[in-house]
Amino acid sequence: MSGAGWTDDGADSTGSDVARIVSIGGSVTEIVYALGAEDGLVAVDSTSLYPQSAQDLPDVGYMRQLAAEPILALGPTLLLAVDDAGPPTVLDQLREAGTPLVVVPDEPSPEGVAEKVRVVANALGMEGEGATMAERLTADFAALRDWVATTKTKPKVLFLLSVGNGAPLAAGRETSAAGIIELAGGANAIDGFEGYEPLSPEATVTAAPDVVLVTGRTFDLLGGQEAILSRPEIAATPAGQNGDIVVMDGLLLLGFGPRTPEAARELALALHPDLQE
Amino acid sequence: MNIAHDPVAASTRRRRRVGVFLAVLGVALLLTIVVAAGYGAVAIPPERVVAILAGWLGFASASETGDTDSIVLLAIRLPRVCLGLLAGAALAVAGAALQGLFRNPLADPGLIGVSSGAAVAAAAAIVLGGSAVAFLPAGSLTYLIPVAAFAGGLIITFVVYRIASRDGRTEVATLLLAGIALNAISGAGIGLLIFLSDDQQLRDLNFWLLGSLGGVTWERLLPAAPLMLVPTILLAMLWRHLNAFLLGETEALHLGFDVERTKRWIVVLAALAAGSSVALTGIIGFVGLVVPHLIRLVIGPDHRSLLPASVLLGAILLLLADLLARTIVLPAELPIGILTSLIGGPFFLWLLVRRRGMGMW
Repeated sequence: MSGAGWTDDGADSTGSDVARIVSIGGSVTEIVYALGAEDGLVAVDSTSLYPQSAQDLPDVGYMRQLAAEPILALGPTLLLAVDDAGPPTVLDQLREAGTPLVVVPDEPSPEGVAEKVRVVANALGMEGEGATMAERLTADFAALRDWVATTKTKPKVLFLLSVGNGAPLAAGRETSAAGIIELAGGANAIDGFEGYEPLSPEATVTAAPDVVLVTGRTFDLLGGQEAILSRPEIAATPAGQNGDIVVMDGLLLLGFGPRTPEAARELALALHPDLQE
Repeated sequence: MNIAHDPVAASTRRRRRVGVFLAVLGVALLLTIVVAAGYGAVAIPPERVVAILAGWLGFASASETGDTDSIVLLAIRLPRVCLGLLAGAALAVAGAALQGLFRNPLADPGLIGVSSGAAVAAAAAIVLGGSAVAFLPAGSLTYLIPVAAFAGGLIITFVVYRIASRDGRTEVATLLLAGIALNAISGAGIGLLIFLSDDQQLRDLNFWLLGSLGGVTWERLLPAAPLMLVPTILLAMLWRHLNAFLLGETEALHLGFDVERTKRWIVVLAALAAGSSVALTGIIGFVGLVVPHLIRLVIGPDHRSLLPASVLLGAILLLLADLLARTIVLPAELPIGILTSLIGGPFFLWLLVRRRGMGMW
């Protein structure tokens, strides 16, 4: 139990001026690092995989299955939690125990990213830095939009997510995958449902995607390039016939954090061979 | 003369042995409660624990309450320990009673549909509750899942029981088979809800199905506590009936027991005990199945001692499993259902192999 936040006389440490931040949510952690406040981090959740050094911090578990007591034991002066962190009863327990808790909104859009940065920065007392970074990101997104607008094509992109068993899931409307595809000047191939649903082979053929987009993990789980292209429902699509698979890092692609303009740029280049850097 | 042939002396010795065993379990439970309350992620020195508890119970100045230590102990750890105590006792005694009623070593609350009924209703609350909660008073989402789980467990048990009853008689074999069939149907229902859920709900669902004592508050525990405690006590008091059942239904009838009434009571009480536990903890496997077997192994099948011993050992095991679950992967927590099944599964296998062919269930 080293590094825990109680002092010898049993007084709680929230009064001290040393920041002890627990960050829940991969993109929230990224923002803390981007603002240069990572020295105050004492723990992160299991979705906080970037940057690499975040993985060396104590891990409080999956963001939707937090436990109150271990987090209190870390003596946090600030708990940053992404919008859908939970369970709610545990957040209530933490509030009740007096942990300063800031819930960070999580909207997969350029405005959402800027808002996230502002909320995190304000919680850290870095309003100035937050405003600057939010403005820079907004400008990046605007430049990206203008740049993507120069392309004539709008390829249909099928995003696949494998969770390790059964058919992979396809991304429908209102997903962060659909959001990033849009930013990169593509069209989400599936618009018949919201969220992630198991891939229906015939619907896939009908959707006729030009490109298959996967995360590195899904790429491996599905058995790599050959295995994905030779799935019958993929082989029957333009993407399958042209061998168009794009593989990107999952957190970069779907995280909607400070690196999202970079992710959208990378995806745009992969989708539009005619784009000039 | 060999003393073992003296039946009176043998019976006295047996009774003394059972008494000692129950006393040992009682002391072990007290120790387990002390350890479980005193140990956790937040290190609270023993003298602070005593001071905070004394303050809480009104024996000391109020200055001992209100800081982080006392909030952790009183608002987070203590309700959790109480839940472990009640749920462990309720699940184990329900298992012991059902095994006695069915004269079947495989019976446990899961078999008559309580767990799967609770699971399918909880899954529905998790997946569909978000849209339903708009019509309910604010803050009701916290109670929606446990209430749904409790109701689901009772409803499925009731359906199983109705199917097995005909002309005022209940066939135990039909009861078991109907339980298995409804478990399969519930499984399909959970599968459908998994299909309908988005990835967040899927995660919530998975964690609920793995069980956890975390996140329990006094506000959630107190309404459910009597629903666990009362059936537990009543079941333990039915030892005479269950002993009569050991001889067979006809024999129990000849001994003057109202067999049908007893069956109904045991099923209802077991469903209440297990349903209210599962509602707060999610699915926790193997406590109801394994604890009574363990007890029988040591002191035999007499329900007079089997039932209270199951209460004590069930509470001890669940408290210890929870202590492990919340401390071995700090600062995260393991779902407790993983631990009980991981420990309970191999243990049960060992028990099976050991007792195979001995015909002493």
